[in-house]
Amino acid sequence: MENILEVKDLCKKYKEFELKNVNITLPKGMIMGFIGENGAGKTTTIKAILGITGDYTGEIKLFGLDNRKDDRKIKENVGAVLDDMFFPEILTPNDINTIMKDIYKNWDSKLYFKYLSDFALPRNKAIKTLSKGMRKKLEIATAISHHPKLLILDEPTAGLDPVARNEVIDIFQSFIQNEECSIFLSSHITTDLEHIADYITFINNGNIILSKTREELLEDYGIVKCSKEEFEKIDKNDFIQYKKSKYEYKVLIENRKTFSKKYKINTIDKITLEELMVLMIKGEK
Amino acid sequence: MDIIISNSSNQPIFEQIKQAIKKAIATDELKENELLPSIRNLAQDLRISVMTVKRAYDELEQEGFIKTIHGKGSLVATKNIELLREEQMKEIEKYIDKIILISKTSNISKKEILATFEYLFGEDE
Repeated sequence: MENILEVKDLCKKYKEFELKNVNITLPKGMIMGFIGENGAGKTTTIKAILGITGDYTGEIKLFGLDNRKDDRKIKENVGAVLDDMFFPEILTPNDINTIMKDIYKNWDSKLYFKYLSDFALPRNKAIKTLSKGMRKKLEIATAISHHPKLLILDEPTAGLDPVARNEVIDIFQSFIQNEECSIFLSSHITTDLEHIADYITFINNGNIILSKTREELLEDYGIVKCSKEEFEKIDKNDFIQYKKSKYEYKVLIENRKTFSKKYKINTIDKITLEELMVLMIKGEK
Repeated sequence: MDIIISNSSNQPIFEQIKQAIKKAIATDELKENELLPSIRNLAQDLRISVMTVKRAYDELEQEGFIKTIHGKGSLVATKNIELLREEQMKEIEKYIDKIILISKTSNISKKEILATFEYLFGEDE
């Protein structure tokens, strides 16, 4: 499988914060979810990938091309949605079409207007009159209408109601019906990612602490809930982290199947991304 | 073919897909050499990740239920009823294991379990 995005040893220093050796590999045809707390480095990483933030060390390749050398070729094939809207608020969706036509060789006005009507967005109203959810949908329609091969989205579902989120996820899934296309998206709403993401990459405090397939994390990994006595019998090598609470121990394990063969503990559940995040950040070894 | 995915089930989603397809094969809803939906299509229709469907298909292929022809897609393999029965027996054994575990931890005798089983299962033949 060829990789559409490769980040190697990306480092970037700020006064109070540092990205340390960030490595990301995203194959063609796949969706990667990028999760982490606020301030963990998600947006900084995304901005470096998009070439918005320069002056980092390490290497970033998109479609096998160096992000610093082949900037123009890369941009034509990337669609991005960032946290902050990049259009002046007095413009209308119609104006955006006029502008984008001149920017992208492959801009597809027909497709763009189709998304506008799918999303029930008005063509002639200024952006400033649109609700937060409508703006987000407009940004997504704009990012996807020049037939990019890679979509990079920072919190694309934030601020959307469940119905709109559903529509957006549908668009993402139809986007990767083409095996040449991939999506890299960060999200707080981990339930959105639990189903559709093929890979999950977890960043904490500027470090990538986990990057695995959805299958490994959400099906093989598990959470053991047990008593103190039971916990004390578990070998240290057989778990990743644990968290103690008043009535139970929550223990993060790598493989439910092998664990349940070795230990007779009744509650070995699948894990949600939310639980995983909490146990990785707040748990101890 | 019905594929019903439960999110609250402790059973992995790829397992649920595998079982739905096996069931469709066993009940002849899917015929020999019938084309299965493409991985990407099924992923979109079920709103799950491509990897999940791929894992289900890969395992079904390894187990001999389906075959993949490059450029064409995945087809139902020549049916092996014996294999399906064996699979189902394994599934039943898993539940029996669970029954044994609960009965041992709660001190319920084998006799009681068997009596309950007889009662619930009803007359056989």
